[in-house]
Amino acid sequence: MARAGQVALVAFLLLLGAAPLTLGEFHVTLLNYIGLYSLVALGLVLLTGVGGLTSFGQAAFVGLGAYTTAFLTTAELPAALDGLGGSPWLALLVGLALTALVSAVLGWLTLRLSGHYLPLGTIAWGISLYFLFGSVDFLGGHTGITGIPVLEVFGFGLKDPRHYYYLIWLMLLGAIWLTRNLLDSREGRAIRALKGGTVMAEAMGVNTARSKVVIFVVAALFACVSGWLYAHLQRFVNPTPFGLHIGIEYLFMAVIGGAAHVWGAVVGASVITILKQWLQDLLPQIFGASGNFEVIVFGVMMILVLQRAREGLWPLLIRWLPQPAEGTPPVPIAAALPRRAVPAAGQVLLEVRDVVKKFGGLVANDRMNLQVAAGEILALIGPNGAGKSTMFNCISGVDGPTSGEIRFLGQRIDGLASRDIARRGMSRTFQHVRLLPTMSVLENVAIGAHLRGKGGVGAAGLHLERAEEARLLAEAARQIEHVGLAAQMFEQAGSLALGQQRIVEIARALAADPSLLLLDEPAAGLRFLEKQALADLLRRLKGEGIGILLVEHDMDFVMGLADRVVVMEFGEKIAEGLPEAVQSDPAVLDAYLGGVD
Amino acid sequence: MDLQIALLLGQDGITNGAIYALLALALVLVFAVTRVIFIPQGEFVAFGALTLAALQAGKAPGTLWLLLGMGIAVAAIDLTLAVRRGTTRRIPGIVGWNIVYPALLAALLWLVKPASLPLLAQVLLALAVVVPLGPMIYRLAFQPLAEASVLVLLIVSVAVHLALVGLGLLFFGAEGSRTPAFSEGNLEIAGLTISGQTLWVVIASLALIVILYQLFERTLYGKALRATAINRVGARLMGISTVMAGKLSFLLAAAIGAFSGILIAPITTIYYDTGFLIGLKGFVGAIIGGLASYPVAAAGAVLVGLLEAFSSFYASAFKEVIVFTLIIPVLLWRSLTTRHVEEEE
Repeated sequence: MARAGQVALVAFLLLLGAAPLTLGEFHVTLLNYIGLYSLVALGLVLLTGVGGLTSFGQAAFVGLGAYTTAFLTTAELPAALDGLGGSPWLALLVGLALTALVSAVLGWLTLRLSGHYLPLGTIAWGISLYFLFGSVDFLGGHTGITGIPVLEVFGFGLKDPRHYYYLIWLMLLGAIWLTRNLLDSREGRAIRALKGGTVMAEAMGVNTARSKVVIFVVAALFACVSGWLYAHLQRFVNPTPFGLHIGIEYLFMAVIGGAAHVWGAVVGASVITILKQWLQDLLPQIFGASGNFEVIVFGVMMILVLQRAREGLWPLLIRWLPQPAEGTPPVPIAAALPRRAVPAAGQVLLEVRDVVKKFGGLVANDRMNLQVAAGEILALIGPNGAGKSTMFNCISGVDGPTSGEIRFLGQRIDGLASRDIARRGMSRTFQHVRLLPTMSVLENVAIGAHLRGKGGVGAAGLHLERAEEARLLAEAARQIEHVGLAAQMFEQAGSLALGQQRIVEIARALAADPSLLLLDEPAAGLRFLEKQALADLLRRLKGEGIGILLVEHDMDFVMGLADRVVVMEFGEKIAEGLPEAVQSDPAVLDAYLGGVD
Repeated sequence: MDLQIALLLGQDGITNGAIYALLALALVLVFAVTRVIFIPQGEFVAFGALTLAALQAGKAPGTLWLLLGMGIAVAAIDLTLAVRRGTTRRIPGIVGWNIVYPALLAALLWLVKPASLPLLAQVLLALAVVVPLGPMIYRLAFQPLAEASVLVLLIVSVAVHLALVGLGLLFFGAEGSRTPAFSEGNLEIAGLTISGQTLWVVIASLALIVILYQLFERTLYGKALRATAINRVGARLMGISTVMAGKLSFLLAAAIGAFSGILIAPITTIYYDTGFLIGLKGFVGAIIGGLASYPVAAAGAVLVGLLEAFSSFYASAFKEVIVFTLIIPVLLWRSLTTRHVEEEE
């Protein structure tokens, strides 16, 4: 982190530590609630701002944490559960386990569907649990559970809100630390890649369904801890604070604060909590009636924020902080990652046999055959609509073939998911560049090395995988130097010219240490010199023993580069051979007459 | 349970199910055309019922002030844009719909003393107040974000819902209202008493579904909406304004919502926040239809109504839990049968 940011952080922590010593009880309580709400909003930052998913049901997870500890620490438990009773800390573990289970099941059910089913599922779940809390007798119905014991830390009772304050904020700061660590890791890059669409992430070997469930579970666990803290602060629980409308408020906190930044959660929770306090005094006086009129203001505010400043308040606030001095971070250096065995030159890598792909009645690929060997560049060309992209998708696993077989290194891969194909050593680029525009070139390329690391979510959160992370980043840096973009390593990928972005895509594919590289129109939009540089790069890779399958429109580029050419038209192969032979083939000339791109 | 009770519960379930079906249709329509998951649908149910109740009680409904206020806001934005872009020929329309119409309506309500009018006139007046709020909300909240992702639109939708619930409390207070039945008579069929209002609900719902069907099949505007739902860009290239399509779908949704509220107000007491749960049950129906199929959504909604009626008999405290937990197996079924198609942002 930059120097100015560190100074701001230390100042903030000092203020935070001193707050209960100087403030009155009312303000300490307010800060306690801000801390509790921030913890829930932090989970939503991870889920909504970073992962592009959302949940309106976080309040229900808060309730799950609160009710679990309320029940376990107050009720006369049946003999079978006797060991679980009494201790709030044990109840926290039980609550976390329960929350993990519920959120994993709910996430698994809804995350396979398009994005809006998760929020709808969480709305339904939020309502169900709220009514369940209110109607189950052993949870006290709508009156709730009273007499929850005071929390003790090493025998010291936290009865005074000033003492409790330190527990809440330590927990929150711990959660912020975990979240920041997680985002700055291999798993974190996979999570941040979710927003760019799942196709790219899957092609780099990320199990996107798992990543989505992981952040949903983590967000739910933060909410559960917040509920546990709440129960022992209030020392009684009833269903009201766990209803759907509170769940919606949590989301508002994250969005208004700035859903893409961990500190946005704290800003949002502070703004909403203080504003609510103020409006609850003010509005009933204005309207001459009592009720939760602040929701009107929140609703309108939310609409305006989304229309005018979709990134929330944090990016606006941070402009007022002193900006860090410009300086290039050091290029990461670490021991090289292990590489896979390089296939002998001439060994067949990819074999496509009689592949047919139909979309309804349309035959997009008809009995296609082709082969690519190690150390060879095969170009797949053809007029628009010839079925090249369909072929490409079948090979890379975006879409399975209707019939026929595809073998990679002798094993069948047709019908496998693209991440399983990536694992076997096939890596690809995209025709429409799929980089994450706000991430640096280095981080973008490091996504390509995803499968070469093992560090899991837990290790990432605690930063136990730093050695491996350094090697992944060093590998990414090496590939960036390899393709000649060292000068742009720390720039935002979105700020590069299109031609450079295509090269970054190639570097990302190379970071996976592939035996076979699939390139989808890599020369499109490149200038003459850039094309020459690209051709040189591809020749070099070929020399290193990598096989390359190239889909391309640019004839000059292909003819000077490819070892062999396959020509497609109307889903069929109409010619195959050396570039010169194909160029004079009458069928090819016929296909291209009047229709060259 | 004997047959008599089963028939009674079935009657209840079908009555509520018919309402949920109407709402489910509106939700599918709005989602297909605008990609907005229209959470505030339920508020239109409450606004429709409570506006009617206020008119019958001889009070000025708070929704009228909302109509006047939103009209001024829309006019202010649209007039600024019209002047800036030099499209001055739009000015009479903007002023007419957003300022003159609400003002005339307010004058009319003040002059005619709606409490003494026949029921039909009261219903029409209530609709005249509530329905134009639909397109105005689209203009203010959604139109500036029309190209945003479904997720952002959903969050806006929830924000609109929250604001409207708060306004509902402000306008109508925390007490609920019930309006007199459309007809007092009961119908006896084979020993089973069917209340007149139940018949009204079912017949009116069916009629509305037929009208909607005709609208989509026969009229140019209906076809324009269908075209927008299938392909927004394509529809635009054919000269269909997506803004018009958005406003029209919100108008229809508001009309369906308000009319549903008016239909059930004689059966259940409506509070300012009742609409939300009713709307969500329509949602469960709509999700059964995958937010895409009208007939499956309607059938799903009737199923929700029946489930609700029977669970209120067996386990009344858990009625809501059972209805909303139904969504889990539905989602499971959908997730196992649907191939996920990624949304390109």
